[in-house]
Amino acid sequence: MQVKSDAFLRCSKCRKVLFSKEFERNLRVCGSCGHHHRISADERIRITFDEGTFQELDRGLRSCDPLEFPDYREKLEKGAKATGRHDSVIRGTAMIEGRPVSAAVADFAFMGGSMGSVAGEKIARTIELAIERRIPAVIFTATGGARMQEGLLSLMQMAKTAAACRKASDEGVPFVCVFTDPTMAGVLASYASLADVILAEPGALVGFAGARVSAQAGVGRVPDNFQTSEYNFEHGMIDAVVQRKDLRSTLARVVDHLSANL
Amino acid sequence: MAKTWHEWEKPLLDLEEGIQKLRDLVPKAPPDKAAQLEKQIEEFEKKRDTFLRVKYGRLGPWERTLVARADNRPYTLDYVRAIVTDWVELHGDRRYGDDKAMIAGLGKIDGISCVIVGQQKGRDLKQRQFRNFGMAKPEGYRKAIRMFEMADRFGLPVISFIDTPAADPGVDSESRGISEAIAAGMSSLFGVGVPTIAVIIGEGGSGGAIGIGACNRVLMLENSIYSVIPPEGCAAILWREPTAGDKAASALKLTAQHALDLGLIDEIIPESFGGAHRNPAETAKNVEEAVVRHLRELMVYDRDTLRTDRYAKFRAMGVFTADEAFTL
Repeated sequence: MQVKSDAFLRCSKCRKVLFSKEFERNLRVCGSCGHHHRISADERIRITFDEGTFQELDRGLRSCDPLEFPDYREKLEKGAKATGRHDSVIRGTAMIEGRPVSAAVADFAFMGGSMGSVAGEKIARTIELAIERRIPAVIFTATGGARMQEGLLSLMQMAKTAAACRKASDEGVPFVCVFTDPTMAGVLASYASLADVILAEPGALVGFAGARVSAQAGVGRVPDNFQTSEYNFEHGMIDAVVQRKDLRSTLARVVDHLSANL
Repeated sequence: MAKTWHEWEKPLLDLEEGIQKLRDLVPKAPPDKAAQLEKQIEEFEKKRDTFLRVKYGRLGPWERTLVARADNRPYTLDYVRAIVTDWVELHGDRRYGDDKAMIAGLGKIDGISCVIVGQQKGRDLKQRQFRNFGMAKPEGYRKAIRMFEMADRFGLPVISFIDTPAADPGVDSESRGISEAIAAGMSSLFGVGVPTIAVIIGEGGSGGAIGIGACNRVLMLENSIYSVIPPEGCAAILWREPTAGDKAASALKLTAQHALDLGLIDEIIPESFGGAHRNPAETAKNVEEAVVRHLRELMVYDRDTLRTDRYAKFRAMGVFTADEAFTL
């Protein structure tokens, strides 16, 4: 998204010039090509949950660079500046059309929404709180995958979050996941794919191997819509691709149904 | 920086080849000449041993990566042959096909019937292609899941041998849901009420490894690696230079010692002098000893304890601080 002036901006997908106000009113969806541009976690919370019901938890959790990985601290600081948070996942409790949920939302602007120890911990706590209170867990993903800068610790977050999902399943507590652009690699291959119901925004990048890793592995020609929400929908990996404007109501309906016997 | 194990071990391999050539000469040589040759061989062997001690005495993360990938390193089926009796290999995921990169079967270890799964690499080009370089597709993980569920039904422990650069990243895998298959593998392992042990014998390649690796006990061979991403991939993403694998290997801290120090694995299994490939039988014996010991420890627990123990183990993984008076 390229800002032309305060009043106009240009869609980075179709290059059309848009009115800023209209673009915001459209929830940052291009009125011309329908491309769903990324939104911040705070914006996502605002447009999804009942007004004023989101209560943030664990805002103080932060990474302490356990591997002393090159440039990691700088990247954490940059992410904090961009999002006003210590890490990529924001979690808390909220209501959606009057139904309580345990919620987590990832912010791509914080190190590509990557999952290290803090994100993994917050996701596990989100699901555990849902189990404890017997309310649905609702998680929005926006991530490049596991965070390389925490090495094996990040890989273990896949197991940790998967364990929590398994527990929720065994306890009969629902988990709904919404894939937003992008939902990749270590997150897709762990808790995200273990949700009872999976919704996705149109055109989101959804896949296992990122482009640079695929190129390394010598993956050749790929289909046109490869690794999109629509591709995953066609292959049975996603329940529904839902326009951003309809997400809140769809999510509320799913939550309502799954809460019926909690 | 050496790029392959061959390149890195070349001086050693040359020396070993020379020794073999001298040995071949001995039977044909006259007695006095033969004695001389024997002496020469002995000297060369001493040289080789010193070389080995020096080279293997200070292996860095990148060198271990090369050793973990060595093409004559023992693979999963080599360990099965060495330590498993009454082996019956089982095939297919009952949904799509049979993945040759993931082997599965029933066998006894120290007289205990177990379900065994693991990635299998190939040694020559043909075998490597047949085994897809040890990169399993969704059907591989779904075959493993079928085995985990069967193990749970019949109270058989699960032994998982991990040796994969990564799960298969191709279009086939993506279209059949490789991510879901890996996630489901972990989920299945968290559900079973039987002892589960993972042994990383070569490459513990990210999601491909953890998909069959979320076990009660996780053991690693001394020169194996366990990483969230291949070092070359990490270098390609962070610095856009896939050749900086050595730099990335150091930064990722992917060795067994690092994993143990971080509390993410339970034990390091020693390899034979100069790497598992120099004495596969001795290394297999060490693997057997460790697996049996952990198996006997776990077998006293009931189903619930095994499940809760596994949950607690992985739940505790992660390093962070809770800064209640946050400044942001």
